Amino acid sequence: MKVERSRRAVITGKAPTGITGFDEITRGGLPDGRTTLLSGGPGSGKTIFGLQFLIHGAQKCKEPGIFVAFEENSKRIVKNCEGFDWPLAALQRKNLFFVDAQPRPELIQSGNFDLGGILAALTAKTRQMGARRIVFDALDVVLSMLPDGIAREREIHRLHDWLLLNHVTGLITAKVSVEDGIHPANQPFGYLQFMVDCSVVLNHRVHVGVSQRSIRVQKFRGSSFNEDESPFVIGANGFDVAIARKANPGNGKVTFARVTSGVKRLDTMLGGGYYRGASVLITGFPGTAKTTLSGAFAESCCQRGERTMFVSFDSDGAEVVRNLKSVKIQLTPHLKNGCLKMVSARNITGSAETLLVHMKRIATEHRTRCLVIDPVSTLSKAGNELTAHAVAERLIDWAKSESITLVCTSLLDETSSQSQYSAGTPLQISTLADTWIHLNYLVQSGERNRGISIIKSRGTAHSNQVRELILSDAGVTLADIYTAGGEVLMGTLRWEKERAERIAQEVADVGGRLKRVSLDAEEAILRVRAKSLKTELEAKQIEKALLLRTAKSYKRDVSGTRARMRELRGADIAQQGRR
Amino acid sequence: MVPRRKKFKFRLYIAGDTQNSASAISNLAILCKKHLLNRSETEVVDVFLEPDRALADGVFMTPTLVKLNPHPVRKIVGTLILSRRLMQCLQLGEFA
Repeated sequence: MKVERSRRAVITGKAPTGITGFDEITRGGLPDGRTTLLSGGPGSGKTIFGLQFLIHGAQKCKEPGIFVAFEENSKRIVKNCEGFDWPLAALQRKNLFFVDAQPRPELIQSGNFDLGGILAALTAKTRQMGARRIVFDALDVVLSMLPDGIAREREIHRLHDWLLLNHVTGLITAKVSVEDGIHPANQPFGYLQFMVDCSVVLNHRVHVGVSQRSIRVQKFRGSSFNEDESPFVIGANGFDVAIARKANPGNGKVTFARVTSGVKRLDTMLGGGYYRGASVLITGFPGTAKTTLSGAFAESCCQRGERTMFVSFDSDGAEVVRNLKSVKIQLTPHLKNGCLKMVSARNITGSAETLLVHMKRIATEHRTRCLVIDPVSTLSKAGNELTAHAVAERLIDWAKSESITLVCTSLLDETSSQSQYSAGTPLQISTLADTWIHLNYLVQSGERNRGISIIKSRGTAHSNQVRELILSDAGVTLADIYTAGGEVLMGTLRWEKERAERIAQEVADVGGRLKRVSLDAEEAILRVRAKSLKTELEAKQIEKALLLRTAKSYKRDVSGTRARMRELRGADIAQQGRR
Repeated sequence: MVPRRKKFKFRLYIAGDTQNSASAISNLAILCKKHLLNRSETEVVDVFLEPDRALADGVFMTPTLVKLNPHPVRKIVGTLILSRRLMQCLQLGEFA
């Protein structure tokens, strides 16, 4: 009766493992009150998974747990786990109990045996501490001591029944060769896989010298789950399972706020800069100033006082700082006051997944608001080709959910054709990026000049122009380029063209001035002429007036003279009478 | 070699009334009767009745026979099927 009741009660229940990503895959955790088999090869992380499950239960779920160690001594397990941020010692006092059940080498075996002893002991311990979780680590060690398959099946059954009866969530780990193609029934402990309610497989492969860990839920009775293999890494907090999408995507705030790219004219080309929280991709061949452009961004972020992280894969952080100094990007003061963090990722070894986890951890510790990864294409280096795209995807998802403005550079192979870059970068993250800036070389007349163009920028108006990127000790700037006869002119050609235009302009200027002066002179001459004519006119007018007056007075004079003459002669009286 | 007069002290852990428990008890009885007549003493512990003892004594597989005396202490797991190895372990080899 008791078994029936507890079985029904646990169908929907899940016991959270507290493992990042795993609870999302299983939609909540391991089946509560049921048995889960965790199988994997040596060194695949079975013990750590088990411990983490118990620690989470003891710490966060008020579910004390028992760890039954069949293989390793519990003291050694605790010692091995010192590297993790786990409060094992504190938990061990109350909520976590280790049972050392390693068969001793001097143990003599004679005939059949069963697990009655340990189960009886565990019953007592479970009741005493109210344990709700139990891990049987390396059960295969004990099972392999049993004489035959029938005995093994019997003991597995015994264990299963015991777990159900005591209503504890069981996790059994076993070393199983997980070669694909072997039917589970033919595997040494295949029967376990049929019996348990949930089966999880850990894989640890080496692909081109790079270790790739992955976890896969094989079955989960009564629950939906993500059936795909998910990569994981073992970090400072234990397991970190990568999942393609977060359960609640888009919790990062979408904003219209802009941040400067660090280059004024580039901001203008983008219609005001990058969006805050956007993912920017800068692609280019080697030496096209990708690092410089991202360095300019980092500097501008620090100048606003935003915490910034610069992850450099190619060169050491100090080298990057020194090199950027030559183009007047001063990172040293920001580095000193702690605003900027340089991460030399060359010394982080491991798979792309490991790198991502490391970057996430450092970024979180630094409380990063702006992140530069130079170059992100390193993720796809040998051995990581298969996972790199998913890792880059998760990187962008993560940055978005944290509202971190992300600038990634991506190296293009110089031998790859121009058409290839338009199809996508090696990681094919160009489709995920919000803004994609492409840098390239234009080689002409014995010169190699850098060109910058914006391939896409979601949600912002952007220039269609190719600009020349100029690096000098005065800083980074963009220059217009000349298009002449269908050719784009850059570098010296541009300079020559500019000079020619300047000279032409000067000639035109001088010519204009000359013309003006001569016109002024002509005007002055005309003015003078006009003045002299006017004066002449006045003279003529005076002359004319004088002439008239003279004529009149002459006439008067003539008549006056005659009268006077008559008077003087006294002879012409008739004349007088006639008057 | 163990002197003949030395007394043997055994403790046998069993898990309830099972086939294995019964076999172990009877096999031990036969062995004692044959080789250690009147000079052996056996305590039988049922771990179902005394689970704390199983935990404290580190007995996880049943049946388990512990030879407490004479030294050294030896643990034997299983139904105690008579074998050369078992006899050697109990230092009864030359009497087998």
